[in-house]
Amino acid sequence: MGGETSEKEKVAGVFFSLMLTAGLMAGCGGNEQSSGSTGGSGGGGGDVIKIGANLELSGGVASYGQSIAEGVELAFDEINKEGINGKKLKLVKVDNKSEAAEATNGAIKLISQDKVVAIVGSATSTNTLAQVQIANDNKVPVITPSGTNPTITTKDGKVNDFIFRTCFIDPFQGTVAAKFALDDLKVKSAAILIDSASDYSKGLAASFKETFTAGGGKIVAEEAYVAKDTDFRATLTNIKAANPEFLFLPGYYEEVGLIVKQARELGLNVPIMGGDGWDSPKLIEIAGKDALNNTYITNHYSSGDPDPKIQEFVKAFEAKYNKAPDAFNALGYDTAYFLADAIKRAGSADPVKIKDALAQTKDLQLVTGIFTINENHDPIKSAVILEYKDGQQQFKTKVNP
Amino acid sequence: MELIQQLVNGISLGSIYALIALGYTMVYGIVRLINFAHGDVFMIGSFVGFYAVTMLGVGFFPALLLAMAVCAVLGMTIERIAYKPLRNATRIAVLITAIGVSLLIEYVMIYLRGAQPEAYPGTLLPKQNLELFGVVISSQSLFILGTSLVLMILLQFIVHRTKIGKAMRAVSHDAEAARLMGINVDNTISATFAIGSALAGAAGVIFGIYYTKIDPLMGILPGLKAFVAAVLGGIGIIPGAMVGGLLLGVIESLVSGLGYSLWRDGVAFIILILILIFRPAGLFGKNVREKV
Repeated sequence: MGGETSEKEKVAGVFFSLMLTAGLMAGCGGNEQSSGSTGGSGGGGGDVIKIGANLELSGGVASYGQSIAEGVELAFDEINKEGINGKKLKLVKVDNKSEAAEATNGAIKLISQDKVVAIVGSATSTNTLAQVQIANDNKVPVITPSGTNPTITTKDGKVNDFIFRTCFIDPFQGTVAAKFALDDLKVKSAAILIDSASDYSKGLAASFKETFTAGGGKIVAEEAYVAKDTDFRATLTNIKAANPEFLFLPGYYEEVGLIVKQARELGLNVPIMGGDGWDSPKLIEIAGKDALNNTYITNHYSSGDPDPKIQEFVKAFEAKYNKAPDAFNALGYDTAYFLADAIKRAGSADPVKIKDALAQTKDLQLVTGIFTINENHDPIKSAVILEYKDGQQQFKTKVNP
Repeated sequence: MELIQQLVNGISLGSIYALIALGYTMVYGIVRLINFAHGDVFMIGSFVGFYAVTMLGVGFFPALLLAMAVCAVLGMTIERIAYKPLRNATRIAVLITAIGVSLLIEYVMIYLRGAQPEAYPGTLLPKQNLELFGVVISSQSLFILGTSLVLMILLQFIVHRTKIGKAMRAVSHDAEAARLMGINVDNTISATFAIGSALAGAAGVIFGIYYTKIDPLMGILPGLKAFVAAVLGGIGIIPGAMVGGLLLGVIESLVSGLGYSLWRDGVAFIILILILIFRPAGLFGKNVREKV
């Protein structure tokens, strides 16, 4: 029987690793998108400027890529009403099928055949990373709308010259959450519960801890779980015994939903907060709307933000697509404006000049915040904090870096 | 207080393990087969309950009964199609078949409805928290424990007080002799699979209510844990599966409670290894020397 057991366990082991991998990839997909703009020396000729889009239009994370494409197209329509320096933008889309190898091929095709001057890169970090080498070698800027992994723009302390992003990076959300907990919720002690297998979760937790303790707060409990767990009651009982005023829970919606539900059942009624990994309608189904009261998330943008710039975007988007824009739509839209602004300032469609202009972007008003590019090619911009009330996300506040 | 709370957590978890472990142990007792597809029957039970509640709009008990009935039929079908033709084959062949059936059920389910999770509606059972000296016991976990206990008592009754139960015990003791005595061994084995699978189906519905989230691969880990529970109690022994399940649930909760939550699954399998080394017959088993 011992032999039989190990057989099954081996199979199960392989299985779990597959599941974990799949889960992680899906998770990354949820939080990362990359957009790039491709420019080729030929793209600037005539009265059009060709911009490439290397997106996940089919495959596992197709919804991210499609959402970004919608945002970019809406922005291009608006920009082309006036044109940039007398020229119009033309979008050339390739489908990378949500696969890294296809993303590399797509970048090569856009640069060598279509001669684009910039590429709106892929939605996920993995697919954007697959284009980094091509972009640097051919000197064509790539902008990822949603790839949040820090290594996309900087590797081993060295900046990838031709890579930019429109979204904030993972650790920023932890910092924002810590500031919100200290300043708005006025809590002094916090517990942290992380997904031990996720770099995203660990990254957020580390920056939360740093900012929270620097601001005079105290971390009273630190616990971890493994993705795909279903029973968190024992861990939550421990956390409850430590008596925190606040629980930081950076994870993905499947586990987070269960954790929030079980925490409330055990009488742990303190505010709970997480990052953009929570953002899914499934979260509300799993946790239940009552359990989600008094929980908050950090996110890129909220369609409920009263800012007139955002409301204008929401109206324009609804007029074109007949639905409310999500965060990916907003990031795609912003990526197009980020690029258009740089082309205008560069005064030419030369990819290298566009790259320099992108790197100098400062105080640009976009839907997802006022936008300044730092020396690492990451934007410094605001994040929004959303509160769950009766199963609805409500705009709570905007936090500036 | 914290310790008692952890015990309460552990018993709720353990009663689900126990229900699944019962099916393992019954099937092993009668055909000497570790039915690794059992965890997936549990998953199917969970989904049948979910669809019954959300699409047919029925309450808890009809959903539970429906899931049990569907799983009983599924269990018998699996036995007829996959295991019966191999009854005289080597045990490793049947075991590999069981793993194949397990994968087949999982991926057919993913093919049919996708891999995304589903959430049980929270309103199925009244939700109220009972607070005793700082220990929170939800009415749901009491309900779950109650249902599990009733099912276990029912099983004991079937095995010890009915004709089919007597036949099951006879077949597990010596199938050849039972056949000579006029017992229909095929039907008895079918009945065992039906009862074991029905219990797994019930555990599926209970799991769905208690943990809310269900998905096509949800059966793998509880299935393996229940197997550990069955071995812990002594595989083939019905009270052993119950005690093994509850014990494993409590141990897991205590391990997490001590702050080693990442070790929880590891500890369950360390127990399996230790039991197999030091007491292979399990807590309730007698060490019988194999006749050569």
